[in-house]
Amino acid sequence: MKKSIGKIKGLSLHVIPFSEVQSLGIAERVKKILNLVLGNKIVILHGRLRPEEEARLIEDTMALVDHVKSFKGIELAVIEPDLRERGVFVKMRYGMAKRLVGDNSALTVIGPASVIKDIKRDPKKLELWLS
Amino acid sequence: MLKILKRFSSRIWKSIFRKRDNLRIGFYGPPNAGKTSLANRICKDWTGEEIGKVSGIPHETRNVQIKEQVKIEYKGKTMTFRMVDTPGIATKIDYENFLKHGLKKNIAKKRAREATQGIIEAIQWLDDMDAVIVVLDASENPYSQVNITIIGNLVARKIPVLIAANKIDLKHADVKKVEGAFPEYEVVGISARDGKNMDDFYKSLFALAKRV
Repeated sequence: MKKSIGKIKGLSLHVIPFSEVQSLGIAERVKKILNLVLGNKIVILHGRLRPEEEARLIEDTMALVDHVKSFKGIELAVIEPDLRERGVFVKMRYGMAKRLVGDNSALTVIGPASVIKDIKRDPKKLELWLS
Repeated sequence: MLKILKRFSSRIWKSIFRKRDNLRIGFYGPPNAGKTSLANRICKDWTGEEIGKVSGIPHETRNVQIKEQVKIEYKGKTMTFRMVDTPGIATKIDYENFLKHGLKKNIAKKRAREATQGIIEAIQWLDDMDAVIVVLDASENPYSQVNITIIGNLVARKIPVLIAANKIDLKHADVKKVEGAFPEYEVVGISARDGKNMDDFYKSLFALAKRV
């Protein structure tokens, strides 16, 4: 039987600190995010998912599109420091911090496609277009 | 952990026992970037047959399509490839978008269902590629998360990448913007439809094969 995600009654943001997902495995992280998105919440994750987690998020999203009525998928975007024009020392320091404490310098925005129409991204900013 | 070990042992096995020939070249990218058009152009050039159908409606390719034994010659050298054309990767599928292209509701719903399965299939095939051509529409904003996710996954799997900035025949195509978005990767501007710049593309394809 198909589940329904119901009507949107407002805009709800849910901020997840990096520490809250740091110890979770790939499946748990993705499940946590998708549960919030299915509740029509826009998730702001402190940090970013690893590439394989992003791929898993897309896979699980597509499986849900097939099974949850009126769920059309997600919009996803990451904004992180642009290090392209920074010096080698800064890049090394950033890389080292990333290895030690995880990548928490980025912000990941994930929301239901029925709420977020589009996310326009360039290296320095994110623009959310709501439905 | 098991997956990482499996992938590692598979790469070791491949590097020891496989010749750098009959490489599996995947075509990845967002929907409607021209993956099948490019795969068709290559297959038509070298085998006389196309790999799949092309249309203006997104998600025309909803299954992985394979063309075996595509023998390509470039400056006296010959290499054989196995071309793997994959469905476009997206984070959302709305059957109502297909209605705008004139499809009937039941057909549009079926197409949406097949498209979701196609995306899952495309992601699952990532582990089986020797090298990947990421096909992007050069007239679109390259900074989309789907593009970044695809390339990030290829880098994480240590799969060599070539970016084909397609549709350079379009007025708003901007290859420099694609290069600016992905400065660490080789970008070649092409028009798969018109066959523009294909010589440069084949040169880059041979260079890509050498990195496997």
